[in-house]
Amino acid sequence: MPQVTYIEPDGQARTLGLQAGTSVMRGAVDAGVQGIEAQCGGLCACATCHCYVQDPWLDKLPAPLDDEKLMLSNVAAERRPNSRLACQLIVEPALDGLTVQFPDRQS
Amino acid sequence: MKSQAPILIIGAGQAGVQIAESLRQEGYEDELLLIGNEEHPPYQRPPLSKKWLIEPGAHSALSLRGAESLRRRRIELRLDTHVSAIDRAASQLQLANGERLAYCKLALATGALARALPLPGAALEQVLSLRSIADSAAISAALRRCAAEGRPVVVIGGGFIGLEVAASARKLGAAVTVLEGLPRLMSRVTAPIVSEAFERLHRSHGVDLVFGAQVTALVGSAGAVEAVRTADGREYAAGCVVVGIGVVPDDRLAAAAGLACDRGIIVDDCARSSDASIVAAGDCTARRLADGRLLRLESVQNAVEQAKSAASALMGRERPFRAAPWFWSDQYDIKLQMVGLSHGYDQVVTRGDLLKPAFSAFYFQARRLIAVDSLNRIQDHMQSKRLLDHGVSPTPEQAADPLFELQSLLKDAKLATADGA
Repeated sequence: MPQVTYIEPDGQARTLGLQAGTSVMRGAVDAGVQGIEAQCGGLCACATCHCYVQDPWLDKLPAPLDDEKLMLSNVAAERRPNSRLACQLIVEPALDGLTVQFPDRQS
Repeated sequence: MKSQAPILIIGAGQAGVQIAESLRQEGYEDELLLIGNEEHPPYQRPPLSKKWLIEPGAHSALSLRGAESLRRRRIELRLDTHVSAIDRAASQLQLANGERLAYCKLALATGALARALPLPGAALEQVLSLRSIADSAAISAALRRCAAEGRPVVVIGGGFIGLEVAASARKLGAAVTVLEGLPRLMSRVTAPIVSEAFERLHRSHGVDLVFGAQVTALVGSAGAVEAVRTADGREYAAGCVVVGIGVVPDDRLAAAAGLACDRGIIVDDCARSSDASIVAAGDCTARRLADGRLLRLESVQNAVEQAKSAASALMGRERPFRAAPWFWSDQYDIKLQMVGLSHGYDQVVTRGDLLKPAFSAFYFQARRLIAVDSLNRIQDHMQSKRLLDHGVSPTPEQAADPLFELQSLLKDAKLATADGA
């Protein structure tokens, strides 16, 4: 199973093995990772699963679709070039090792 | 002997789970018990009227927080547990199985019930309403069956749930009639210009919309519904009927225990009830506003934000919920996002393409922005949310001008922080 590492707002890292096809949001929510709210449950409607994708993974991810880009335009925490919505990131074998960090606020 | 009884939370939905999580985040270390009356672990409801009707999946895909998440936060969960009374004098809950549970503080997150149709025939089989996973599964099966048998689906109520069900029924290939008592869709919450866009949308997808329909009875044979009768003498054949006429806040336990209720448990903006040791959050509440009015909101955001307030209140802190309410609905390929409360508007201007549709309706009261409905205009929605949260208002002329950048008002107010280029 591909491993995804989550860095919680206080800096603590948690690594989880996730089934391919699972979203990065779903993995975090199921395991109780701190720093994610995911209010809409993965429908790209709320921007409360905002995360920062760590190097070198940003370029390996499929580019955001228009909806995600627009939702990212007004996230609660600072928007950075590596900002993504975790609900739109789908785990696959090529992403084994993916590391994302959650900001200190989502809403 | 334990030094102190636990905090009990009645209701394991969005609000109940958030109260528990926020209590841990606020540093509450002692015992915490979340009591749910359904058999399923905490799950999300919004997808139940949306993609879940079209492609129901595993329950785990709806999970709000996994078992591991609750364990990690030491949140004990009891499912399929029915509370029959709150004994405030003894600080105890009476359970339906006879057990009594002591609490030091109590949180109510009892949600809402689908409003029942008070008409003859409402108890016939295949008369369905939507609230739970089981309801969604039953509706999904009924829509498929109607599509396969070539029988029509009748939806009573042209609000969010009714329209999302209608859109799903069309996607599954069933014929659909929506019976709405008022002259337009979603009339309680949107301006006519938004209702009209949704009328065109549903009609273009083949939905039969009937306005001013006064339903008088559901008729059937062999126990199952076969038609819906209206006051003008018409009968609408139905393979199933979905009733989407709103919800009733579930304040039964609170009201029976003598807490102040008025179609919802009355709370202040810090989610405190009329009893100092009891808070309430989510669909079950009626929040007292500064001007004295009671506000009832049924949304995920309201559940989550009130729950955060409730957890703070339990810890003796004030964390008022004052953010602009937001809400969304998915119908076909249209994402409707609403922010603010449009009630009492005196002017509406639009931005974007009404026919596509890809536009936003900006609601003003005395030239001050109070709400925005966006149809496939995510950026308008996100920017409006920030404008309303920060009390910054464009003029109606600015809102209507597609070349005017709403974002610039936030920058002017030095609120744009680092929103990106």
